[in-house]
Amino acid sequence: MGRALKELTKGLWRELPPFRIVLGLCPTLAVTTSAKNGLGMGAAVIFVLVVSNFLVALLRKIIPSKVRIACFIVIAATVVVTVELLMQAYAYPLYLELGIFVPLIVVNCIILGRAEAFASKNPVFLSVLDGLGMGLGFTLSLTFLGGLREVLGAGTIFGHAVPWEAFEPMSILVKAPGAFICLGLILAGMNAYNRWTARRGDSDAPKALEAINSCSSCGLCKLSGRD
Amino acid sequence: MSPRLWKVGVAPHVRDNATVAGIMWTVFAVLLPQLFLSAYVFGPRVLALAGVGVGTSMLAEAAMQRLLGKPVSLSDGSAALTGLLLVYVLPPGVSLVLPFWGAIFAICIGKQLFGGLGFNFFNPALIARAFLAVGFPVAMTTTWIMPELPAFLAGPDAVASATPLALLKHSGLAAYLAQYGGPHGLWASFLGFKPGSVGETSPLLLGLGGLYLLWRRIISWHIPVAMIASTALLAWVFGPEGLFTGQPLVHVLSGGLILGAFFMATDYVTSPSQPLAKLVFGAGCGALTMLIRLKGGYPEGVCYAILLMNCVSPVLEDWVRPRRFAPPLKKD
Repeated sequence: MGRALKELTKGLWRELPPFRIVLGLCPTLAVTTSAKNGLGMGAAVIFVLVVSNFLVALLRKIIPSKVRIACFIVIAATVVVTVELLMQAYAYPLYLELGIFVPLIVVNCIILGRAEAFASKNPVFLSVLDGLGMGLGFTLSLTFLGGLREVLGAGTIFGHAVPWEAFEPMSILVKAPGAFICLGLILAGMNAYNRWTARRGDSDAPKALEAINSCSSCGLCKLSGRD
Repeated sequence: MSPRLWKVGVAPHVRDNATVAGIMWTVFAVLLPQLFLSAYVFGPRVLALAGVGVGTSMLAEAAMQRLLGKPVSLSDGSAALTGLLLVYVLPPGVSLVLPFWGAIFAICIGKQLFGGLGFNFFNPALIARAFLAVGFPVAMTTTWIMPELPAFLAGPDAVASATPLALLKHSGLAAYLAQYGGPHGLWASFLGFKPGSVGETSPLLLGLGGLYLLWRRIISWHIPVAMIASTALLAWVFGPEGLFTGQPLVHVLSGGLILGAFFMATDYVTSPSQPLAKLVFGAGCGALTMLIRLKGGYPEGVCYAILLMNCVSPVLEDWVRPRRFAPPLKKD
């Protein structure tokens, strides 16, 4: 059970997709003009990630390893088309708002990354939890970034005006450069926080990419027979 | 001044009493007359803008240097100068929020995140102006203040809604001359009685300040001369009624050209250091300024011209690097 909890929660901070392992930046930068868009995109990604991780883990024994990438992409594309049709049916305004970035979930690095790095080597239950945790982390990150940009750049949050009358929004933050500025500041802030906590706890700061190399997502030593 | 001498290499060495702080505070002082003129022309709110800009810059510099674990170097005056220059490129009617955010952006992102003084690619004041122009587009283009001309300069009454350059761009040279040509020609424009950004209105005061910096050898003549000359040349060649019909003085005295040429483009950090590279840099600034003024969407182009040339400044420096006498050693 401890293992399950670990796989679920690692996507929430330690391997937080866009900010810690810096994957899935395309939607992170493009659709986070408002908190609502970030949340909608994140919800779509949660669904795709959970289902694709589930299917990949289920089929991991019968997918030939030479063509596994193509198989993962086919699985992801199937799920994404499902999401696209669902959004067209039940959340059409959001679908229009997200535009091309819904079909582009297929090539979101997180989907393929989790399939390759985790779901293809781990049982179904853990893979689903991994996908859920990563998706939740992605959603929270996008909602946070979208909220930040929306508040400072448009003076609203989830479409509601901020209560401070004299507030003057900076419209650059809801434009493309604002995404890069905010993302960079968030990354810097997280690194500074991690370094600060590490100094207090008297240990080394976690490096940005070392999280990927944890055993459950690698399995290299198993392949090379050095188990 | 540290009395200690460092061994750095073979002679000859050049000794000089110039310090960063001395240079920065000199430039700061040289800029002040224009601020007082603006306070007289546009009203005392200009002084409040300058206070917010300079104060926020210095606070941001100290805070960032503390955060990044560097020694706090407020006394070198570079942060104060950045704050003042930032206010100089803002319209005089903007709210105090703009210099506040602009100074934070200039110092924290434009300067300190690149490594602090000496490492920034772009002129911090100008990059902050570009940031504000996108961030607060309405305030940055509509809050001009029309000055009341003193009696000896008063011409025909005209209602102005835009800067001289905007008028020139949208209504043509005839409309410009009708309003700003007046019975005293371009004198009002030369002395500083025209709408415009806080610190760009008086070519007279800025030019005198620039000449003082030249005389003190704080700046060299290459960049200002090349920039103003290329602007004037292009303004003359590409006139409103065909080739060689333009009025170079109109373009040289309008907008931020003099401010940019003497105080922005000559920033040590973001401009080349070799004379030939400086000439190319200045000429490029002038050419891009005229390109934006004549063909671009904005009425004024000095800010973006200098920022664009800042990008190529390292390339220019590399391009004119003197060739070494000895051939490079062969690698085994």
